[in-house]
Amino acid sequence: MHFSHIFKSKKNLQSTFLALFLAFFSLNVSAHPKPDAPASAENHGTVASEGTKTEEFDITAFILHHIADSHGFHLWGEGDNSVAVSLPVILWIDNGLVTFMSSAFHHDDEGKHVVEKNGQRFVNYHEKIYIASVTPNEHGEYMSLDADHKASNVLPLDFSITKNVFTLIFSAIILIIVFVGVANSYAKRKGKSPKGFQSLIEPVILFIRDDIAIPNLGAKYEGYMPYLLTVFFFIWFNNILGMVPFFPGGANLTGNINLTLVLSVITFLITNVKANGHYWKHIFWMPGVPVPMKIFLAPLELMGVFTKPIALMIRLFANITAGHILVLALLCLIFVFKSIFIAPVSIVFVVFISMIELLVGFIQAFIFTVLTALFIGLAVQEHGEH
Amino acid sequence: MVVGSIAAIGAGLAAIGAGVGIGKIGGSALESVARQPEAASKIQTMMLIAAAFVEAVALFAVVVSFLGTGKP
Repeated sequence: MHFSHIFKSKKNLQSTFLALFLAFFSLNVSAHPKPDAPASAENHGTVASEGTKTEEFDITAFILHHIADSHGFHLWGEGDNSVAVSLPVILWIDNGLVTFMSSAFHHDDEGKHVVEKNGQRFVNYHEKIYIASVTPNEHGEYMSLDADHKASNVLPLDFSITKNVFTLIFSAIILIIVFVGVANSYAKRKGKSPKGFQSLIEPVILFIRDDIAIPNLGAKYEGYMPYLLTVFFFIWFNNILGMVPFFPGGANLTGNINLTLVLSVITFLITNVKANGHYWKHIFWMPGVPVPMKIFLAPLELMGVFTKPIALMIRLFANITAGHILVLALLCLIFVFKSIFIAPVSIVFVVFISMIELLVGFIQAFIFTVLTALFIGLAVQEHGEH
Repeated sequence: MVVGSIAAIGAGLAAIGAGVGIGKIGGSALESVARQPEAASKIQTMMLIAAAFVEAVALFAVVVSFLGTGKP
């Protein structure tokens, strides 16, 4: 039997994608019976006394926990009552691949709940999955920690679909669906006025072409348009998705240094692979300056080749992370002051900062694209153009 | 804790520098747009690029202060 007709219709294609997608990620509502009352009360007591003994509310730990990557989207609730979207955990250990859903940890990230699979025992300790120790330590964690609280447990190779990986795949699928549709309607309606979603996207595409690509790249802009458009829409979409506080959003994807590293490495490769002899001559043997100065300038210019993409990487990472921290810190004011009367002030500030973050999300996508175009333009421009 | 506080002071100093820089960029951009309103879009683009370079310095300081707290 043929299934190809499912993929032929565009409407069906979208729903098939969505169905396949949702099939992999189940909403996990904990419906575990509560442990017997005395134990839970005692447990609660120790937690409370620990809380008052140390700090009441650790704002730094709270914020850093929320901007970090994690195994599963936490929706609401605390401890055993929390509701979360669980994501698959995929580990590579010595005797093969191990997979299970992150719900197997029962929302524990302090190494207290051991999952047994394929004869191995795993714990989730601060959103990193380790091979569990045989016996728990004095805090009930199946971890062996040294004096500096560094774990000495074995760390398996982790290929899990974490929150960030999920958001990456999700945004990639959304962007592919949107842009394949727009590209098709351009092919179909050649020379006619744009229609539907196309007319929403067209001004942005023209903006990138006329304000970013042509001024920086000159006549050879066409070959670089696919990369510039991809980078721009990917960063913009993920910046905005990161500001959405509930399920498909909320991951700090563009504020993750690994992602920005990959983007800037791609820019670095394009810049240096496409660079002409003129560009390299300007780096190693700067024309028009005396010889001692040439020798002095060469290492500096060579360093510039690497610092440009590094600055690109840190700029996006730090901007988006700083925005998330700002929003969380303003929300934390309520818990720091422990007063309901702070809440309206805090909420107004959060709304204000979120509006600014929408602007920053656009500006950062724009800046990344402009600087990419600028660096490529510097590398490919012909002699005498400047 | 002390290391974190010193890092925060450093981040604050960098923010002062970046604030002065972005203020100057914005001020001059406004002046040039007032003189030549037809070049507004070009000036705006250049203003944003220059502001991004200045801002990056402040954000490097933010990253360094993260490192200062010992938790990146």
